[in-house]
Amino acid sequence: MSDIPTSAQVVVVGAGIVGNSVVHHLAELGWKDILQLDKGPLPNPGGSTGHASNFIFPVDHNKEMASLTLDSQKQYEEMGVNTTSGGIEVARTHERMEELRRRMTSAKAWGIESEMLTPAQIRDMVPFVDESILVGGWYTPGVSVVDSLQAGTLMRESAMSKNALTVSPNTEVMDVEVENNHVIAVVTDRGRVECDYLVIACGVWSPRIAKMAGASIPLTPAVHQMIDVGPLPELQATGNEIGFPIVRDMDTFCYERQTAGSMEVGSYAHRPIFHHPDTIPSIEESRLSPTELPLTQDDFDPQLEQAIELMPFLGDAEMRYGINGLLSLTPDAMPLVGETEVGGVWSCAAIWIKEGPGTGRAIAEWMTQGYPEIDPHASDVARFYDNQRSEEHVIARCEEHFNKTYGIVHPREQWESRRGLRKSSLHPRTEALGAVYFEAGNWERPHWYESNAPLVEKYSEQIPERPHEWDARWWSPIQNAEHLAIRESVGMVDVTAFAIFEVSGPGVVDYVEKMAVNKCDLPVGRSIYTPLLTEDGGFKADLTMIRLADDRYRIISGGFDGPRDSHWFRKHLPDDGSVVWEDKTSDICTIGLWGPNARAVMEKVTDDDVSDEGLPYGSSKEITIGSIPARLLRISYVGEFGWEIYTEMENGPALWDALWGAGQEYGIVPVGAGVYGTTGRLEKGYRLMGAELESEYSPVEAGLARPRVKAADFIGKAAYLEARAEEPAAVMCTLTMESHTSDSGMARFPTGGNEPILTLGGDRILDVKGRVSRVTSAGAGPSVGKYLLLAYLPPEHAVEGTELQVMYMNELYPVKVAVAGSTPLFDSENQRMKG
Amino acid sequence: MILVLLTHDRGALDESSLQGLTYARRLGEEIHAVSVGAEIAELGEYGVVVQHVVEHEALDDYSPSAWGEALAQLIVLHSPTAVMSTGTERGNEVMAHVGAITGLPMVANCVAIETSGDVWQISRTRWGGSLLEDATLDAPIKLVTITEHAHEAVPAETPSEARVETFTPELSEADLVTKVVDRVVTADGVTLATAPVVVSGGRGVGSPEGFAPLEELAELLGGVVGCSRVVTNNGWRPHSDQVGQTGTVIAPELYVACGISGAIQHWVGMMASKTILAINTDAEAPMVTKADYAIVGDLGPVVPAIVEEIKNRRGI
Amino acid sequence: MRILVCVKRVPAPGAKIVLTDDAQAIDTSLLSFTVSPHEECAVEEAVRIAESHEGSVTVMTLGPEDAEEQLRSALAVGASEAVLVPTDGSDWDPISTASALVAAIQELESEGGFDLILFGNESADSGGYQVGVRVARTLGRPIVSGIKGIEVEADGFALRRDTPTGSEIYKVPSPAVVGVKEGINLPRYPTLKGRLNAKKIEVTRSTQDRAGSGQAMVRLVTPQVEINETVILGDGPEAASAVVDLLEELQLFT
Repeated sequence: MSDIPTSAQVVVVGAGIVGNSVVHHLAELGWKDILQLDKGPLPNPGGSTGHASNFIFPVDHNKEMASLTLDSQKQYEEMGVNTTSGGIEVARTHERMEELRRRMTSAKAWGIESEMLTPAQIRDMVPFVDESILVGGWYTPGVSVVDSLQAGTLMRESAMSKNALTVSPNTEVMDVEVENNHVIAVVTDRGRVECDYLVIACGVWSPRIAKMAGASIPLTPAVHQMIDVGPLPELQATGNEIGFPIVRDMDTFCYERQTAGSMEVGSYAHRPIFHHPDTIPSIEESRLSPTELPLTQDDFDPQLEQAIELMPFLGDAEMRYGINGLLSLTPDAMPLVGETEVGGVWSCAAIWIKEGPGTGRAIAEWMTQGYPEIDPHASDVARFYDNQRSEEHVIARCEEHFNKTYGIVHPREQWESRRGLRKSSLHPRTEALGAVYFEAGNWERPHWYESNAPLVEKYSEQIPERPHEWDARWWSPIQNAEHLAIRESVGMVDVTAFAIFEVSGPGVVDYVEKMAVNKCDLPVGRSIYTPLLTEDGGFKADLTMIRLADDRYRIISGGFDGPRDSHWFRKHLPDDGSVVWEDKTSDICTIGLWGPNARAVMEKVTDDDVSDEGLPYGSSKEITIGSIPARLLRISYVGEFGWEIYTEMENGPALWDALWGAGQEYGIVPVGAGVYGTTGRLEKGYRLMGAELESEYSPVEAGLARPRVKAADFIGKAAYLEARAEEPAAVMCTLTMESHTSDSGMARFPTGGNEPILTLGGDRILDVKGRVSRVTSAGAGPSVGKYLLLAYLPPEHAVEGTELQVMYMNELYPVKVAVAGSTPLFDSENQRMKG
Repeated sequence: MILVLLTHDRGALDESSLQGLTYARRLGEEIHAVSVGAEIAELGEYGVVVQHVVEHEALDDYSPSAWGEALAQLIVLHSPTAVMSTGTERGNEVMAHVGAITGLPMVANCVAIETSGDVWQISRTRWGGSLLEDATLDAPIKLVTITEHAHEAVPAETPSEARVETFTPELSEADLVTKVVDRVVTADGVTLATAPVVVSGGRGVGSPEGFAPLEELAELLGGVVGCSRVVTNNGWRPHSDQVGQTGTVIAPELYVACGISGAIQHWVGMMASKTILAINTDAEAPMVTKADYAIVGDLGPVVPAIVEEIKNRRGI
Repeated sequence: MRILVCVKRVPAPGAKIVLTDDAQAIDTSLLSFTVSPHEECAVEEAVRIAESHEGSVTVMTLGPEDAEEQLRSALAVGASEAVLVPTDGSDWDPISTASALVAAIQELESEGGFDLILFGNESADSGGYQVGVRVARTLGRPIVSGIKGIEVEADGFALRRDTPTGSEIYKVPSPAVVGVKEGINLPRYPTLKGRLNAKKIEVTRSTQDRAGSGQAMVRLVTPQVEINETVILGDGPEAASAVVDLLEELQLFT
């Protein structure tokens, strides 16, 4: 056995496509002292890369995934290991055809050439398909097959040619040493290596290594079955590794992909089968490789029948090889990238061939400069709450989504498993009112209340019907009715799902100033709404802080972003202990009380001064409601006068009852997050992290730049100043749908999933930085009588009154720019919030 | 007394037979050898006290059923404690017949036997030798075979007389139905089973043509070419060249494994080789880590280089 | 021509075999199951003979309920009937196995005898080398093991058995029993349709008693492997000289 170095700046564990991409890009960015380990041999150490089907369908509804995939495909092409085959997704049902039209729309958004096919056209391209069982298809000529093992070899060689990389195969990690919550060394069966960074890029084994470091990488090894069928003369005759487009038989969750003279049939249709990272066999114990487990034939048999239906010539061909191939699944089907809860320990796991090199580049950029070019919001390993990292949660969620791999997943789709993880103390109250809960982070949050159904009748003239089931899925007209009701009188919103942190100590002012764009050193009792930026001036977070005392701030962020924000804040805590970090989320219950009669309701239950003068907008103070101590924050995300009211969790029901009782004479209604997060927000043009706000856009572009820049330094300040000095490349706009009528005459309502905004000529709109204009949020504006879309537009289009189009389900609808910038469409002077 | 069956082909002793004979001596009883249809010379050196030579006009060639029947009749005649043989193809086959005729259990391929008491404690091979089984054998007469190549054949410290006793069994027509009636000779000289050097190729050879340099090396060393199961499954070599659990089990002086990873089914077929030399690109392949000597590299250039070096030194 | 093939379900381990904690069996939690290569060839040979001699193939196994999988694999490549002699999953000794198979065969033969019964030369796992012989002897039929060629003749079968220098020919009358060795053919893989058809065939069960004998397994043991330090003679062709030095040292080179 050869020796390994006793120290390295960074140790990368894993020599599959991911580890190889990471070492290549680290070397490209100038890292000089990289050690790459794998417990298996090279070039195929026995992980998932070795048995991957290696094809790339670049279109994804998710922008982040599409970006990573397109970047990866480009890198494969540059390495000379990308063979374009084309690919067809075929539909056996009309519902699937609609999904293919949605994919066609996403393809348009990302600028990927593709076209819809008739069954006859499919047969012309793939003559062994029985087109009589098909409704149609969708063709992407750029679909390709890559040689991921060769790519890995080339990338390692590239890093070695820069004298940046030492590779040590057949080396197993036995332990990871951590001091002061930071990695200091990796212990292997060939010796101990001191290091500053550890990148865990070993796929299905990643959770094991993370655990050694005291970190967690929430993924599970899962089975994807595939068989090799052949030889088939029709395929041998092509003389190619791949001579026909890859066919995805979407309704059966299977694909058929030529590999030289035979056909690989892969399936995501079988029952979910999971393994544990600790019980994957060793190389010695394996018949084929550790991640090529024996095919459980009974699970695959139903797919045989379906494969023969689609391609009858497969029936007489031989089944020569079949495996239960292991790949990595995560609770939400997105990768796990970024620094873990242990300093210097980075995760680059749950990444498939199609996004490997792109993700390798992203994490190398992230490690080098603090942020990747592609916003990693949805891949960030820090996105999970603790109880979402548990094995139980991972398995349950993966079980639920495995068969959705080729499924039709609605943008608003809710999980069925592992619900009720976290409930507000208000839950019994909201439940009694017929709340329909959506998941917010790991919280159950009321989205609308069935008890408000009668309001739909009341406001029926202002609530358009949504005749298409897809548009109305995970939606209720009650949301619109609640919206109109809160604007008319008063409503109560359970917003306990907020993530609430408190920071305190002698260094706290300097600390929060460093983190936030806007000035934080304000008098006690004042609040600060502020972006947090990455070093390059893109959004890391947006949130509200309250100065509770000279040396204490409360930080209030969205339930979805809590874990990410917590990671970012804690990572930047000063080393000297001058700031103490506390997570108060579970301690505090929050009710929003808003509407023209909010003040009247409040005054019935408190003796404290809650007038505009007594508590001006943006201010906070402690009062007593009945006998309940509470803190008010005069703020609103729905554009009405009122407060976020915080109290101890156990006081929640009493607080609810007090307000509810006082509100009866004003017809108070419970209002769900459908209003809070969508309709109310959109009418006011408020931006949402993860939708409008992402690291690829600046506060200037989002319309959140303040007139002045504070004197204190903060993360991203230089880039922010630069962005302010320039003409923004894009401007966040509010657009109105001018017609909802589809070709078939049905009214359609875009769900808000990256639908492209097009010129009247039907062209994509790109800004000077190459970013595409697309819908970031969509929803009704009941009080303005319009359906609203948010989108970034380049300045030439970001002009109020400009007529454009939106593509939805591969059809075009006219839209108009109603607001360019952050001025609210509804109550543009914010009169209603002044009270 | 222990009866030990010696297998031979028309008088030519199967050398492996002496391995079982050698092991039988350890059990501390008188050793009687049995040879069917031929007398074997110089058995006294191996401590044989009596050699029972089975004579019958029909036993001029091998017949598993008749050999078994003859042995069964000798058992009745001599009441041995045990009947043993080496676990060669013929040894196991004939002993199976003896078991079937007598109704006694027959334990094949033992590597160690502990005989204290009526019940024998046995260690035997499974999976061609990749696993061992501890077993008990409780029978009035023990029938066992000793795994081939598990023990070397060595002469006794004190030779004995090896008195020859002839025996003529009663054989029916049915006993003689399974008998060699014809032969095809396709090879002479060294064979895979007996060659001192075997140059063997695996998946890494890549093609039928890839075996040419292996052939040349084998010829220079007076050996033959063998192969792994992948090779025969791909149709690159005939199955008769296959070394392993389901092919030929060998024990040459030198085994050269070219591009063979060393799956266990292969390993058990050549693990008795005196010296193992592996040529493989993967330094961690089981064959490399288990070999005595190894070259890490592509057999493509390595094997011709060895051929060249041999030719150079010989001045060819 | 009616042909019976007897097969045994065995795990398909990798290079390292792991035992269960009680050492009574191989840990098969992550392994697939198969039959020995000899038996795969026996099934293939039976199907080929049946195809060329208007015959049919029945496949039989003694084993746990899960052994149905191995019967279906045989059905997928051309057998048409399958019989399971169920066990509780424990390993039966050869005498018990043979007597149960004989009883099951006799039941099956009440509707017509088998002209040919094929076994693998030995099972992959226990390697007892005798079940076929015991069955043949009890049924009063001839058996030859180690067979790599079967020719159907007018009144029986010509059998070829390889020797180190060539081959031996045996001629046995029908009905006969043969122990088949790998190399007799290259077995086919199942087709997709074959596999689907196999799912539809009903596997019949033939329950038999376990006779027992004086042979019993106590435990499995992983053999001690001598750890020897591999001497690396070099990387690539430059190592040729060192190799020939070694050959000289071993006196294999003169």
